[in-house]
Amino acid sequence: MVGASLAGLSAARSLRKQGYDGRLVVIGDELHRPYDRPPLSKEFLAGTIGEAELALESDDEDLRAEWLLGVRATALDRTDRAVRLADGREVRADGIVIATGAAARTLPGAEGLAGVHVLRTLDDARALRDELAGGGRLVVIGGGFVGAEVASTAYALGLDVTIVEVAPTPLAGPLGETMGGIVSALHTDHGVRLLCGVGVKGLSGEHRVDAVLLEDGRSVPADIVVVGVGARPCVDWLEGSGVTLDNGVKCGADGRTSLAGVVAVGDCANWYDPRVGAHRRVEHWTGARERPDAAVATLLAGGAVEPGVPRPPYFWSDQYGVKIQFAGHAAGADSVTIEEGAAGDRDILAVYRRAGHPVAVLGMNQPRLFTRWRKQLAAATA
Amino acid sequence: MIPACRLTDLPRGEAYRLDIDPPVSVFHTDDGEIFAIDDTCTHQDASLADGWLEGREVECPLHASKFDLRTGAVDSPPAKLPVRTHEVAVEDGMVYVRVSTDAPNLPPCIAARLAGGHA
Repeated sequence: MVGASLAGLSAARSLRKQGYDGRLVVIGDELHRPYDRPPLSKEFLAGTIGEAELALESDDEDLRAEWLLGVRATALDRTDRAVRLADGREVRADGIVIATGAAARTLPGAEGLAGVHVLRTLDDARALRDELAGGGRLVVIGGGFVGAEVASTAYALGLDVTIVEVAPTPLAGPLGETMGGIVSALHTDHGVRLLCGVGVKGLSGEHRVDAVLLEDGRSVPADIVVVGVGARPCVDWLEGSGVTLDNGVKCGADGRTSLAGVVAVGDCANWYDPRVGAHRRVEHWTGARERPDAAVATLLAGGAVEPGVPRPPYFWSDQYGVKIQFAGHAAGADSVTIEEGAAGDRDILAVYRRAGHPVAVLGMNQPRLFTRWRKQLAAATA
Repeated sequence: MIPACRLTDLPRGEAYRLDIDPPVSVFHTDDGEIFAIDDTCTHQDASLADGWLEGREVECPLHASKFDLRTGAVDSPPAKLPVRTHEVAVEDGMVYVRVSTDAPNLPPCIAARLAGGHA
């Protein structure tokens, strides 16, 4: 198991559940045991939960695994099916699960400037939490979900918050223009400044950041900057291994890669999605949790299993006390209608359709209705 | 035992939330079985009666934790602690629940609120 976060842990659990009784080695580049990442931008950052609550393993759980933590995998050798580690060790295996995840994209030129953060790992979150506790002016670069959640948390902590988003509408990619506009209006509802359609030219500051410089010439004063401009799959270590890479590890609908005995799961995996007839690299928590079941079945059966149709991708976000939920694919829709609630009240249930058929659903503070629609969507496209 | 709802008001595949403190939800599975468990997810404040009922399992409507309706055990994270199960009886078309006397596993936000802290 190369990767010790949710996808790696879920694969280890699936292996034991599906009867694998042999040696199990879990390799992780972070020192921490598997922890839950979604709270890092929300409750953990706000200080309402601590590190103990982030643990994904329960106290009495024993997967009979050997954990090699704090060490990075540097190569995969196809001839002996071995994983080489940064400290020179090598682990040979009959089967390999690639679950190395994704890393936060950074801003070129921001290296070494104090006060500039990304948010992906527990260590990132500790550093940012400590800095937010001092208050001040926060500029978030990127109006995606991580940026929006950090803005929401920092607003609740009393910071002065500005978001800079290069696209005209934040979240237009995952939610479409109309709904992206409605969801991101949560920022302006709360007095958080939202500057859209303008790129970032650079950061200013000697040792510590003091402003974000925009491409239109404006300068936004900042004590703290969070760069939330997406993530790239951690697959550099697989270059030349024979594992086909294409926006991450290219996988079949069952998680198989181009090498026998090697499967990939989680944020680094670009799975074939039979619903859309194309490969999709999905960075959702639920994908990292659910897909390892199928990938492990593939590994144990030597690729002889027929994968079921996965449920439509689902993710959630919490911002300013509003529970945002989304399932399906917005990109294929030709219409979106609000079926319940009102945009102004931020409590909508919206359904995306393509040629009259539902392809995605969005909820804001509508968990009950959302779940009904999510079930219906799964049944309709199964 | 506490009367929860009429059986006719709880069709198969549906759930009923009993507004006691802490709330309890009663599930009528597609196979016709009836179970009662704590309504509040042990991970965060969410109503399991709003969740996705499939077989003898319910998935939390927010973060997809799954609980076994028979035992209350966690079948899927992020929740780590089980919900309590409660005894159910149906008499004369009425569903009754005998609430467990065990201590519930409430999520941190609600536990903090009950302890007098801020949520």
